[in-house]
Amino acid sequence: MAGIGPLSEEGLVRLLDHEGRRVEDATYDPYVSHLTMDDLRAFWRDMTLTRAFDLESTSLQRQGELGLWVPALGQEAAQIGSAHATRLPDHIFPSYREHGVLHVKGIDLASIMGMWRGMEHSSWDPTAYGVHTYTLVIGAHAPHAVGYAQAMDWDGLVGSGDPEKDGAVVCYFGDGATSQGDVNEALVFAAVNNAPVVFFIQNNQFAISEPTTRQSKVPLAQRASGVGIPGVRVDGNDVVAVHAVTRWAMEHARSGQGPVVIEALTYRMGAHTTSDDPTRYRTTSDEQYWKDRDPIARLETFLTSADELPEDFKAQVEADGKELARRTRESVKGWQRGPVEQMFDHVYGTPHALVQEEKAWFNRYEASFADQEVAK
Amino acid sequence: MTAEAPAAVRSMNLGGAINAGLRAAMERDPKVLLMGEDIGQLGGVFRVTDGLWKDFGDHRVIDTPLAESGIVGTAIGMALRGYTPVVEIQFDGFIFPAFNQITTQLAKLHYRTKGKLSVPVVIRVPFAGGIGAVEHHSESIEALFAHTAGLRVVSPATPQDAYDMIQQAIASPDPVLFLEPKARYWDKGEVDTARVGTQLEAVGGAQAATAEMSRARVAREGKDVTLLAYGPSVRLCLQSAELAAADSVSAEVIDLRSVSPFDMETVLASVKKTGRAVVVHEAPVAFGTGGELAARIGEKAFFHLHAPVMRVGGFHMPYPGSKFEHDYLPSVDRILDAVDRVMAH
Ligand SMILES: Cc1ncc(C[n+]2csc(CCOP(=O)(O)OP(=O)(O)O)c2C)c(N)n1
Repeated sequence: MAGIGPLSEEGLVRLLDHEGRRVEDATYDPYVSHLTMDDLRAFWRDMTLTRAFDLESTSLQRQGELGLWVPALGQEAAQIGSAHATRLPDHIFPSYREHGVLHVKGIDLASIMGMWRGMEHSSWDPTAYGVHTYTLVIGAHAPHAVGYAQAMDWDGLVGSGDPEKDGAVVCYFGDGATSQGDVNEALVFAAVNNAPVVFFIQNNQFAISEPTTRQSKVPLAQRASGVGIPGVRVDGNDVVAVHAVTRWAMEHARSGQGPVVIEALTYRMGAHTTSDDPTRYRTTSDEQYWKDRDPIARLETFLTSADELPEDFKAQVEADGKELARRTRESVKGWQRGPVEQMFDHVYGTPHALVQEEKAWFNRYEASFADQEVAK
Repeated sequence: MTAEAPAAVRSMNLGGAINAGLRAAMERDPKVLLMGEDIGQLGGVFRVTDGLWKDFGDHRVIDTPLAESGIVGTAIGMALRGYTPVVEIQFDGFIFPAFNQITTQLAKLHYRTKGKLSVPVVIRVPFAGGIGAVEHHSESIEALFAHTAGLRVVSPATPQDAYDMIQQAIASPDPVLFLEPKARYWDKGEVDTARVGTQLEAVGGAQAATAEMSRARVAREGKDVTLLAYGPSVRLCLQSAELAAADSVSAEVIDLRSVSPFDMETVLASVKKTGRAVVVHEAPVAFGTGGELAARIGEKAFFHLHAPVMRVGGFHMPYPGSKFEHDYLPSVDRILDAVDRVMAH
């Protein structure tokens, strides 16, 4: 249910209501007037594929194929709508739940499972996609986003007068993260340096078991006013509104007008992670309330009532979802651990005597078992 | 020593023993309170505080905002007014936002005020690896904090010690980093729940408790080599000793229990007897607690040693992906390899 303070609906920008009807908003309508039905179908497709992938990943974890899974369930509109407002040279600093963002940025979701399978700590080339690696330490990436944005500015990528060339940074984090020192310091640094960065808070109403009311008395977007930058609240289950608000914010930042805070109020429909048991701290009626506000269903209703979601398109997306799930399953199951000694690689960028010595010892030690086998 | 109390022995796992110890401490002293992320209604991600919020209420079991520096910093303020906050850091890798508060404030206030202020904060941390977790959830952080004067650093290896030591840590006037070997939370054992209470309620109980918490335990007697360990590595050393025995090597296992300070008396008595020592910990060997122990043994027992002190532990690298952790972590094989090498002398 809508609650108080950071869980209230206070000031939410909304362009599609819960019933999937278009509501007018003089401020933000211009930021979505360019969207065609094809664009909206593409949003719907991206959200649907992200969910298919997500559900498959949860079941892979249940089958013991992944150590952990962090579902994005319910947050698809916040992620897809915002990511579609970015393009190179924009750079994104995600936390760890932004699978929908990755998908929009062209990272094959089937390829990101190494981290969750315990094979590696990151799975894509951040430079190639303009998406930094996931950060599990809450809020630690927020200052990185600010520094990156300042450097983009110095490098002439901001406010150049050529909107095609300009870029900005988006930093994603959750409601819980807003309590961290790192995040607050990032806000201060961004503000005083006029850094081209958009802080995108997914207020999914929980930090594991703690409701957002344990982090804040007021809507999180209000943090912005304390450092003197704009803050906007948006209905995070409305992909169109999220897109509009993020587009506005990106243009603001890219053109050199400085940072923005966006708070997207959404709901974590699944568990925090596969290790979590939400029945210990929330009610099924609360879950049902938000299930009835499913972000994918909302856009689907809008498209269907406009007669813009043909059955064959839906069938194709469903098939694509199954195919993505199949490829994910195959990719996860096909992961072979490389030689163990590879764990010694990349500690430093240049040779380091201690690492070399330990690696050599380890290889001798491993080989001694092989020798014993031969001796037997 | 404390008076004999009627034994009340219960079977518990290590996590349950900490839970029971926290409960006993909260019942004994109304100024003891718990703070941390998700420790209330959820009972902590490992359920170590399960049931305490329900029974003690949200004034004594506080779900904090998600900010470790704030958790430790506010705990210091509460301690200054006579409360005893027992804070939980959800995982070892997430203690670092609080590093400043712990190292520059918590550890030093007693010294800086020439003893006028005490800050008896206990910081509980599920620590070390072996549970197949993603990154930052398997860190062995003890050396970083043992290097900080003013903090006590302890780690129980058995349910009995977990039950006793958490209460002793809470009673101690010094700040204590209480490292809980998370891979051992489910290890079961018999726990005498009466003894530590009697100790704490006696005159001078807090001093006695602190002293006892800082003493090592001979976990297995032996005469050829001493295996030194704490927390998660103790069980591994006991398994290694068992296998070594089959090879006619008699290994003594010392459960240090306290990392800062080390109980050198117990360590030296053992090493002087066996003439050989192997230190085992999950933390990287380089610049670690094993190096400190080895140096001290070298300084104090050099002429009793038949072989150099060996160290078995993690490598100089970030904790690897969990599919590699069993190659990274010390194993029975690696301990026996070190035992072979010291026995060759
Ligand atoms: C510094 C730090 N402290 C604690 C944790 C453990 N932890 C992981 S996720 C989480 C809750 C995060 O909540 P929020 O920021 O709202 O993001 P969400 O997971 O809901 O997307 C916590 C406490 C962590 N990862 N990092």
